[in-house]
Parts: sequence; structure tokens; C-alpha cells
Amino acid sequence: MYHVKKECVAMLLAGGQGSRLYALTQDMAKPAVPYGGKYRIIDFPLSNCVNSGIDTVGVLTQYQPLVLNEYIGNGQPWGLDRVHGGVHVLPPYESFSGASWYKGTANAIYQNMSFIDRYNPEYVIILSGDHIYKMDYADMLEFHKERNASATIAVLEVPWEEAPRFGIMSTDENDRITEFAEKPEHPESNLASMGIYMFNWKDLRRHLIENENDEAASKDFGKNIIPAMLNEGLKLVAYPFEGYWKDVGTIDSLWEANMDLLNPKVPLDLYEENWKIYSRNPVYPPHFSSESSKIENSMITEGCKISGEIDFSVLFAGVVVEEGAIVRDSIIMPNTVIKKGAVIEYAIIGEECVIGENVHIGGRPEDIDDKESWGVSVIGHEINISANTVIPAKSMISESV
Amino acid sequence: MASMSDVMGLVFSNMHDSCITELTEQRTMASVPFGGRYRLIDFMLSNMVNSGVTDAGVITKSNYQSLLDHLSSGQEWDLARKTGGLKLLPPFGHAGSGIYRGRMEALAGVQEYIRRNDADYVILADSNVIANMDLKPFVEFHKKRQADITVVYGRQYCTKEESKSKLVLFCDENDRVFDVLTGPEINGEINVALNIYVMNKKFLQTLIVEAACRNQYSFEKDILQKKLREFKVLAYKYQGYFAQIDSMKVFFKSNFDLLNSDIRTELFKVDSPIYTKVRDEPPAKYGIGASVRNSLMADGCIIEGKVENSIIFRGVKIEKDSIIKNSIIMQGSVIKQGSDINYAVLDKTVHVSEGSRLTGTADYPVFIKKAAKV
Repeated sequence: MYHVKKECVAMLLAGGQGSRLYALTQDMAKPAVPYGGKYRIIDFPLSNCVNSGIDTVGVLTQYQPLVLNEYIGNGQPWGLDRVHGGVHVLPPYESFSGASWYKGTANAIYQNMSFIDRYNPEYVIILSGDHIYKMDYADMLEFHKERNASATIAVLEVPWEEAPRFGIMSTDENDRITEFAEKPEHPESNLASMGIYMFNWKDLRRHLIENENDEAASKDFGKNIIPAMLNEGLKLVAYPFEGYWKDVGTIDSLWEANMDLLNPKVPLDLYEENWKIYSRNPVYPPHFSSESSKIENSMITEGCKISGEIDFSVLFAGVVVEEGAIVRDSIIMPNTVIKKGAVIEYAIIGEECVIGENVHIGGRPEDIDDKESWGVSVIGHEINISANTVIPAKSMISESV
Repeated sequence: MASMSDVMGLVFSNMHDSCITELTEQRTMASVPFGGRYRLIDFMLSNMVNSGVTDAGVITKSNYQSLLDHLSSGQEWDLARKTGGLKLLPPFGHAGSGIYRGRMEALAGVQEYIRRNDADYVILADSNVIANMDLKPFVEFHKKRQADITVVYGRQYCTKEESKSKLVLFCDENDRVFDVLTGPEINGEINVALNIYVMNKKFLQTLIVEAACRNQYSFEKDILQKKLREFKVLAYKYQGYFAQIDSMKVFFKSNFDLLNSDIRTELFKVDSPIYTKVRDEPPAKYGIGASVRNSLMADGCIIEGKVENSIIFRGVKIEKDSIIKNSIIMQGSVIKQGSDINYAVLDKTVHVSEGSRLTGTADYPVFIKKAAKV
């Protein structure tokens, strides 16, 4: 079949369960988790692709793909409904030799080599659907070509004490990677891999096959492919990224990443006209702030009806906050209703919940003596909390009470 | 309810442009901004789509660049279809000059579009009606009663001044229209035609040909009024909320109708949404010291000042110590620090510099035209 050649194809790993988000990822993969008032996490890498001129994207799904599949649809909201290329959801499939799940990040790409081959690209960029950041992949590709590298890995300087949580690169003075250590106990550098890899397709292709044939390998980019390429003596370079980047893999980091949007000092600007983050927009009228509303330091989006008090919070589409209700330092996901007199503090409330009258969810750190017992409270999706219920700080509610 | 697959729609985008010249100087009536994120035509197009009419032509005449930009492929209204969908119908040269003088002439210009469509019925509609209207019972009524022309009307209390721009219907107990007045200057409750008509396609085609050879161009004067005895013209009463935008005063007032929660609930229904162009704006952001009361706020706004009883469109910035009251601020306008705005309509991308004061009255709001600097 004839396909128009693409210089660079993006493969977006979106199969992650996000198990540390507990109730929020019970029914949806992590990349589908709502973020920032009108987005889902995956909007960031998808929008980055489009804004970087990459119009062919394979999205690899595995865990709870329904929400994600429906969300991506034909890719129109991101301008990825193309005659040639566009966005394609790639779930695991059954083949002549049998069916198998994606066994690791590298195996997921291995199983979709034929998808990539159809576009005969020079380069393949591997992305993850778990991170919030704005990045011009075209710049990275330019860097990759200039350095004549086989692979380029985007890196970020992290605080030394956090380095053991990441894949850490050691580089020489020309940004060439000399060593790669996956979550090292005693890191030699603080350049962390952002999980963004640009490869020459022919080099990656060969390594994917070799890795697949190695039965002992765990079929993972960080653990297998990168070390194997280094061993072979291929040129791997680190592409230094400066700017906002956040892995939203935990409740705390998801909460923080939302709050970052309210902090003028944090360099993540969603209002930039020339680097828009696209999303599938629900069809709603503008939000309504009533006579009794009091809103400060917050983000509110279309379809919301606010009669209560909102401070330092992010509200998603269609949220209703009734009179006398107070929402502080919290994130309220789409179509949730907060009834009269309810108080929500330091909490993440999932989609389509009903929080009954005078319910109290979460608590302020300053009100709790035992700091260990304080934390952000989470209410999962589609949960009803009956009137007058008290849900303390650091709770995780995945069933109606 | 019967399927609407045998119905096509035609929307007139330029009718009544002269009613609010301030807003239509650089755009069609259809693309006049409304309600924080909409253009007037969104309502009628959404009504058609929600009623199952998925074949809609939009007749344009002049100033239609903003309309083309807004409607594009029709995708946001779910009208980017393989068969049917949205068709923009710009003036067509061969019937005289191409610039039509009235509805019938406009229709003559799109005869070919009508002919090629396999619908049996045609809905003609203006784009200046704000309503969330199910057109199915209306078409059903027309079919069942075997009318030649059925027109939608609503009961409305009008002053002499207001009824000057209305088409007023008088009908008997069998819904038969027996008199039609254009701009009668009546004071009182009247049957206001909403300029939404349904006709059998063949019947309409005959009307178009006959009007063309008699050099007649007005549907209201040459058909409705002159042929009222000859044709069976029925009136269909619309009971819901509607606003017919035909003056700056009505435009101003009906925007503020949206602050009424009953009207909002009626206009913006979950199962029949009003679609519009998506602009991918981030959510609205309220800063420290923001205070917003009884207002409709669109996405992409950054609010640091005070807003009361107002409609704020997408991407508006209101800096601190500014006070906006009883006003409509359209897309992309910027209000710098310490400004005071009361009873004003700011068209798109107006820049209000620091410490400005703009004050109108409820009857005569100040109007600031597009991209002006104050």
C-alpha cells in the first residue's frame, strides 16, 4: 500500500495504569486523567506533536482504554485527522503467531513496527502519556540531526536527592551520553531522562528485534534498549530541556501540578497563543458566577455554575458549587456537584460525583498536629457522598458513602 | 416523531444587517457575537442539527469573511458530512448582479443547490433568533395540516418602536394566517413571526421561478402579503424562550437574559446543545482580588478586577482595580488597570487604557467598535 513518507513518526506510550493514582485510575488509563480544568494528561504530548509539526502519532493503549479511545477519536481536536498520517490508537492485537499483551515499553513499539514502517520514517520519537510539559520536538530533532546521533534523550536537571527516582545520564562535554543508570542508588549525575527519546528508525528497529529475541530482557527502553545501544558504541546524546516538566504519577504530584497553574512563578503558561494545548472540548455555555459567588486564585471553565466560595482551586467543565459551599486548595473534575454548605479542602474530587450538603472533605495541614496523617484526600469518579459525612484528610474513597 | 431526513435547511446570514449597523459593519448578522462565546447563527444551526436536519445551506451576501472563518467545514456543528452537511452559499453571479435585494432573489441564486437536494421539505430561517427550538413538531405540523407555507411565531409584548422592525401575523382559531403586517407600530402583545418557514420543496421552487419572472424579490411583501388568500399559510406557535435580535437595544437586553438561570437552562440543554467554534482557550483564571458577581464568563479570560452583571467573552483580560458593570465585553478585549465601565458594549479586541471611564445607560449603552483603543 502506498503511503506518503514521513520524516518523523511519534509513538506515544499510553498504556500505563497509573496505579499510584488509585481511585482516579480505576476505570481509566493514566494519560486520560483530567488535568488543568479542561485537559487530560495526554493533551500535552499530543499538542506538542502538532505544534512541533509531527502529524503522525501512534498511541499505544493497554490498560482500561475505553475513555482514552473515545477521547482521542479521530484526532480532530488536535488537528490530527489527516489524509496522510494522523493519530492512530494501537491496542495489543492477535496475530498469526498468537496474541500477546505489551510486555514492556520496547515490546509495545516492537509489536507496532509495521505501523511505523508504513510511513518509512527516518526518525521515531517515543513519548509518554504521563507528563505535563510543553516542548518543541522539532528543536529536539534538529539537535539530533546536528549531533548526528543514533538516539537523543531529553534530559532535565533534577535536585540530587531526587535523582535516584529517575533514569540518570552521565554525559561528556559534548552532551554525549557515556553512561545510563536506571534509578541508581548513588547517582553520578543529576540529568534525568524525561522519557522522551528520538531515534534513527533503522537503529532502533534493529535493537527492538534484538531485544525481542533476548528472552531474558525485560523489553524496556530504559533497562534494555538504551544500554544495548551504548554497549554497541552508537552515539547517544542528551538534549537538555529547560522549563516546566512534571510527572503526575502520584496523588501529590497531580495535585501540585494543578496548583502550579495558579502560581504565577511556575513557568507553565497555558495562555500562550503560539503553543496552544488542544483538547476535546465539551459543549457548554460560559460559566456563571452568581450573586453569592466568591472566586479568587482559581481556574474555572465552561459549564460551571458557581454560587459558593472558591479559592486556590481548579474546577473542570460543568461543575456546580451551590450557595454556602466552600472549595479551597482543591481540584474538582467534570460535572461534579458540590451541594450547599459542603466544605472541600486539599482534595481531588473525580468526575460526575455528588457531594451532599454539609459534607466536609479533607483538612488543612495547619489544623492537624500529626503531620504524617495529613495528605490530599481523593474521591474517585462517579461517587456520591451523602449529606453531613466527614471525610478526613488523606482519605481515598472509591465507593459511595 | 418522523425522521427529518427529508428536510433541508437554508439559513439567511445577512437579513436584518441594517438593524444593528454598529455590530454588522464588518460582519454578517449571522456572525454577530453573542452570550460570551457564540455567534448568532450558532443557535439556528444547532437547532437544525439537534432536530435532525443535517443538510444546511447558509446564504451569504456581503461581509461574510468572519462567517466563513467561524463556520469553516461545519465540523463543530457535526455538519462536516459525506452527504449533505453544511454548505456555504456565497452570492452567485449569473442571476443579475449577484447581490440580492430580498429573500426571493437570494433563493433564486441558490436554485441549483435546492434542486440537487433530494429533500421534500425546505426550512428557511433567519440567523437572528436566539432560541433552543425543536423543529420536528413544527415540520410535523406542516405536513399533517398540508399547508403551503408554515411560519413560526411567538407571542411578545412590543412597544410601537419595537414592533416597527417586526413581521406581525394575525391568525384565526385554525392557525390560518389572515393578515401579515410589516413594521406596524403596534403597542401591545403581538404574534411576532420568527422568520422560520417550512415549505414543500416543489412549492418553493415554483415560487422562486414565478417571483424571478415578475421581478419580485421580497418574500414578505410579494408572497406572504400578496398571496395570502391564494395559499394556505399556517402559523405555528413557539412557546419557549426566544429573542429576535433586531436592534442594539434588544441585542443588549437579550445578552443579559442569559444571567437568568431559567432562561439559561432553557437555552443550553444537555441533550440539545448549542454548538459553536472551538477556540481551545484555557479555563478562565481568577486572580487575587478578583470579584465576579452575576456574570457569564467565557474561557481564556484573566480576571483581576471586579465584574458585575456582565457578559465576558473568550480571552478578555480585566486588570486589577477595574470595575465592569452591566456590560458586554467581546473576545480578546483588554481592560487596563483602574478602568470603570458601566452599560457598555465593547466589540472584539478593544483596548481600554489605564484609568478610563466609559458610562452609558440601560437604554443607550456606549458602543466601542472592533479593535478600537480607548
